[in-house]
Amino acid sequence: MNEPSPAPLSEQEMIRMEKVHKWYGAFHVLKDINLIVRKGERIVVCGPSGSGKSTAIRCINRLEEYQRGRIVVDGHELGNDVKQIEQIRREVGMVFQHFNLFPHLTVLENCVLAPIWVRKLPRRQAEDIAMQYLERVKIPEQAGKYPGQLSGGQQQRVAIARSLCMNPKIMLFDEPTSALDPEMIKEVLETMVTLAEDGMTMICVTHEMGFAKTVAHRVIFMDGGEIIEENTPEEFFTHPRSDRTQLFLSQILHN
Amino acid sequence: MAEAHPSRSEPPPASTIGAFGWLRRNLFSSPFNIALTVLALYLLYLAVPPLLRWALLDATWSGDSREACRANGGACWVFIRVNFEQFIYGFYPEAQRWRVNTALLLLILGAAPLFARAVPVKFKARLGLGLLVIYPLIAFVLFKGGLFGLRVVDTSRWGGLLLTLVIAGVGMTAALPLGVLLALGRRSRMPAIQTLCVTFIELWRGVPLITVLFMSSVMLPLFLPAGMNFDKLLRALIGVTLFQSAYMAEVVRGGLQAIPKGQFEAAAALGLGYWKTMALIVLPQALKLVIPGIVNTFIALFKDTSLVLIIGLFDLMNIVHNATTNPAWLGFSTEGYVFAATVYWLFCFGMSRYSQNLEKRLHTGHKR
Ligand SMILES: Nc1ncnc2c1ncn2[C@@H]1O[C@H](COP(=O)(O)OP(=O)(O)OP(=O)(O)O)[C@@H](O)[C@H]1O
Ligand SMILES: [Mg+2]
Repeated sequence: MNEPSPAPLSEQEMIRMEKVHKWYGAFHVLKDINLIVRKGERIVVCGPSGSGKSTAIRCINRLEEYQRGRIVVDGHELGNDVKQIEQIRREVGMVFQHFNLFPHLTVLENCVLAPIWVRKLPRRQAEDIAMQYLERVKIPEQAGKYPGQLSGGQQQRVAIARSLCMNPKIMLFDEPTSALDPEMIKEVLETMVTLAEDGMTMICVTHEMGFAKTVAHRVIFMDGGEIIEENTPEEFFTHPRSDRTQLFLSQILHN
Repeated sequence: MAEAHPSRSEPPPASTIGAFGWLRRNLFSSPFNIALTVLALYLLYLAVPPLLRWALLDATWSGDSREACRANGGACWVFIRVNFEQFIYGFYPEAQRWRVNTALLLLILGAAPLFARAVPVKFKARLGLGLLVIYPLIAFVLFKGGLFGLRVVDTSRWGGLLLTLVIAGVGMTAALPLGVLLALGRRSRMPAIQTLCVTFIELWRGVPLITVLFMSSVMLPLFLPAGMNFDKLLRALIGVTLFQSAYMAEVVRGGLQAIPKGQFEAAAALGLGYWKTMALIVLPQALKLVIPGIVNTFIALFKDTSLVLIIGLFDLMNIVHNATTNPAWLGFSTEGYVFAATVYWLFCFGMSRYSQNLEKRLHTGHKR
């Protein structure tokens, strides 16, 4: 489990980012981001706060616009057409730092909403699927509760189940554990590991280096809006190529 | 050295619980509070007994003319009793009043499931929408006639509480959706739509309702081709609706602004489009947040219907006023206005209580 699975990865590209640039006003947030993610690949993105990690992965499902470059997701190039963007978002699940569950809906309703209204599944079938995923994240008994009645860890697992109910081809995680207490981090990470074992294509922004070591095929280090280093986890942690990576690692591993 | 006591729960001191404790805490907690309490009691003593004497003890209930009220100095409720039908139906022909009653009965029967707790929400939503579309048509045909062999009753003959309820009902059911659309428009990223909505809202909020009503009845006909007759009631309805929708829009916008960005992002990430995001995620939360504001606007609207008297419509207020000027009943305007005020109060208080109840029921616990 420590080695990235030896089985040869499929050559199929799920995500291709080419020379992506983004500005917030005059502020250059993303500088020439290039990244190819193949089917089944698991990428961990790390880097200091404000380095543009969130912005970069939010470009993939077009929660953020970018001004230059191109992004191709599962063979479709992101454009400005709203319908096409919605189409791509169905295939890309996203888990947020602050869960963003819908507080006025029960856990089950949170999970079936998009399958029913976006995928047009019959309610019965959507509920069956939702219960399946809630079981997978180990909280089927909470299906009737409201998000406000759950712990942070439980909420995040519901958020993961909610994304999975859309049967996405890619999952994006933006610091899914950084708003959680230590004992809850574990339960969420375990859920993510089972996802990884099932061969989900994943991009995770996280500072959980243990997770990166065991699960990631590649680790990407960002700083100042650039990808500074891209490496296998072993190399990344033992022989980081750049000074900035070393500095970052020493800071993160020392507390 | 402090000894560790076994922890045993004791009842709170007697002076802090029960009616006595409540009195002590709330009415007699300081010399200033004691003074205020005494003053309040004195004022109540001054006001309540005479009021009770006038309204109940010395009041006249029976008889059918003003002569009956000569004897005692209290209120003459005979005035209300004799004119009651008129206060309710206005000048609606007596023989046709069953139509109004039928419409009311239909509304009560149709809407009752909406207020029953046992009925599933989904059914309520469908029923509510269905009622919203079908009921106005049914009620209109019943009130106005002209179809199915019903005699035509011109809108100028509608009056009293009936007219008040028609204006308030139409105003509320139309102003809320319109206000929601305006609020969404105001936050739209399309500049044309945004400008349009902002202009509309600011325009209507900037003028008094009375001006709107005046203009609708005095100025509008000047612009219409001669001979074209635009129903007076319809003009009032449009005026009231557009006016209140501007207020409603601002109330709803307050709710929209309180919804965290994460909710929009989560919805977008699931592939929901604009309208589905609004209808399923944002509006249910936003509207719930602003129930007090919505009901506030509804209450204002309900009371503002009384302004239609200036364009010559005989709503509850105007018809009561009209009756007090009847030579046979001169001198009983107090009774008339007390009656009108009581009716307005009952409806407004009812709305207020219902909204509190609704808020409590819709509370899904701990927000985040
Ligand atoms: N809406 C915005 N307008 C202007 N600047 C923004 C906006 N959102 C983010 N930024 C800036 O862009 C930079 C990158 O932000 P981003 O959220 O991608 O960083 P991050 O790497 O995810 O950081 P963190 O680890 O704190 O989440 C930051 O410097 C931030 O201040
Ligand atoms: Mg971030």
